[in-house]
Amino acid sequence: MANRFWNEYQKTIADDHYFYERSCIRQTFFPGSEAAFLRMLREELNKDIFDDFRQHTCTGIGYHTDLVPLETTMTVVARLFSLMTEHGYENYVPSCVTSFGVFTEMCHMWQEHPELLDKTRENLYKACKREFNLPKNIAHPSDVIYHFRNELAEKMKYRLVNRFTGKPLKVVEHIGCHYAKIFPDKGVGKAEFPYVLAGMIEAWGGEVVDYPERRHCCGFGFRQYLVQENRGYSVSNTKKKLESMEPYEPDFIVSNCPGCSMFLDRWQYTIAEMEHRTYDREGYGIPVLTYEEMAGLLLGYNPWELGLQIHQVQAERLLDKIGIPYDPKDKYRAADGKILRAPEKPENLLV
Amino acid sequence: MRKVAIIGAGPAGIEAASVLARGGVQVTLFEKSESPLKNIQDKAFLFPNFQAAQEIADDLSGKLLTDGITSAFGIDIVDAKWQGTEWKLFDAKGQTYVADAVLVATGYQVFDAHRKEELGYGIYKGVITSLDMENMIKHSKITNANGDVPKRITFLQCVGSRDEKSGNNYCSKLCCVTAVKQAIEVKKQIPSCDVSVFYMDLRMWGQGFEEMYRTAQEKYGVSFVRGRISEAAATFDGRVQLKSEDTLMGLPLKMTTDLLVLMVGMEASCGTKVLGKACDISGEYGFIKTVSPHLYDNDTGKPGLFAAGSCKRPMSVWDSVNDARAAALSIKDYIDQLKNEN
Repeated sequence: MANRFWNEYQKTIADDHYFYERSCIRQTFFPGSEAAFLRMLREELNKDIFDDFRQHTCTGIGYHTDLVPLETTMTVVARLFSLMTEHGYENYVPSCVTSFGVFTEMCHMWQEHPELLDKTRENLYKACKREFNLPKNIAHPSDVIYHFRNELAEKMKYRLVNRFTGKPLKVVEHIGCHYAKIFPDKGVGKAEFPYVLAGMIEAWGGEVVDYPERRHCCGFGFRQYLVQENRGYSVSNTKKKLESMEPYEPDFIVSNCPGCSMFLDRWQYTIAEMEHRTYDREGYGIPVLTYEEMAGLLLGYNPWELGLQIHQVQAERLLDKIGIPYDPKDKYRAADGKILRAPEKPENLLV
Repeated sequence: MRKVAIIGAGPAGIEAASVLARGGVQVTLFEKSESPLKNIQDKAFLFPNFQAAQEIADDLSGKLLTDGITSAFGIDIVDAKWQGTEWKLFDAKGQTYVADAVLVATGYQVFDAHRKEELGYGIYKGVITSLDMENMIKHSKITNANGDVPKRITFLQCVGSRDEKSGNNYCSKLCCVTAVKQAIEVKKQIPSCDVSVFYMDLRMWGQGFEEMYRTAQEKYGVSFVRGRISEAAATFDGRVQLKSEDTLMGLPLKMTTDLLVLMVGMEASCGTKVLGKACDISGEYGFIKTVSPHLYDNDTGKPGLFAAGSCKRPMSVWDSVNDARAAALSIKDYIDQLKNEN
């Protein structure tokens, strides 16, 4: 990475015993990522992580679009913490970057305004007779993977290296805004040059692409997409980023935010339909992975179990570059063994 | 004969030493570097009359030859203690020195631009500081990151000054006019270069400054844009992409430049901070605190301990020199008073 000062900005990441909170949208967008994270923690790293089936939304999207009042968000967050407390955990790991921002923000507000914490305790008790402790540590799963990147590297079957050329793969890393832009000191490397994903890429053999619009919004931006009339802004922001990274010919993009991964991937189809253009030389687009997918692939997990077939830009060419085997016949095979109907092929974005 | 120790051989220290020595006082001039006037030696020309910095440095260096001045260069004074009748100075190696009075003239250092990560100094080759630009001007070799003649150069004011994020809320006072001076110098050396200065407001407080600002626009075609640059990033071809807002137009602005020059503000030097703390005379932002900026601006409130120059706040060379003369007068009064008491 161009900036070497990231090392001065580290954060505390718990070593074990995590309470995991799933994301509302990631399970739809990237259905294999959360399962892969749990598998890595439990099977590769032998860590204790608890996944409570009673968990629910953090209200993040509703909160940031002004649909859910602050008091409600605080109470909902408190209930999630009460689940953690009930099971005896102190290290909270929310899957979604927006949730990570929401939890960090609520804890900060409660620290600065203890009367709000008292009120939240009262509201939670009135609503569902539950009580809660504040977590001792809040870390995003990308923090946890970053924390154990070297341990995971030892178990990996593949590296981020082009097997045909022997050169490191060029990887664009994109950090969700709510990871470090709200509270810079809560992000590895802080907000200007976050190192959480760059650290993984470098530890696993890849090369980080530093391009002019690296900090720019992915295009999601909540209101840009959620308000239908604003979706032009959403597409144009993604387009700006893709145009900026295009000359560097990245092999793939990796992100730690559900919205970013989603829009950097899906809008490539939209732009191809609107303008007949793609951002790689051959018209296939730039694959977009979550960090769990990136780690899972290198660990040798089945690409189809990771859910790569759900992406808009298909990953086979990337898998070929790394040398990861896959069976095309299994691409649309469901968990019960049935072959699902393959999606229609777009006209302008090759698959 | 009474002895005065002056700590710091910049314009203030040398001028005060010269005035005191000519008045019959024995002066030891301590300087932690091996040679004096480092901050002036780094400059090419000084505003507002574009006089060569070397001429001023030579003039000041000549004053070191005044009878009564002992130059003690390469000695880093890190502590000073009042002993009841005199001051005892301690250097970094543990050596001690005594003096009847002490003048702190430890000066400034420029803001470390690495601290503004978003502006890319030390990360992208096309991002330099005003000190780097001064060096290029001095050697008539203004080049971009690839060693070519730049087609566009952009200056950014208030880097590390008037900036709460970097902990320096104060105005560094001299950067505005320095940017105007450097912009003119660039245009003199590369007339075809497109030069812009991004500013919050331009503080042309000194004699001749406003005229320079006008000349930069009218004669040299320098553009002044009211807006902060929020981030810099390298482009594929090694230039620097800037994002800003033109607050007069009310529009966001994105542009590419060959060189981004960060106008780094003045901070209290390390020596100023160390001595300020050791002698309990440290004020806001680590500058030396004096009894009153109006009437007693060289008095620290400690017996026989005085301060002059940019160890107190950002100052130009002429401000520092005038301040040093005033300090010398205060020290002379103090010493004369000691004589009378004895």
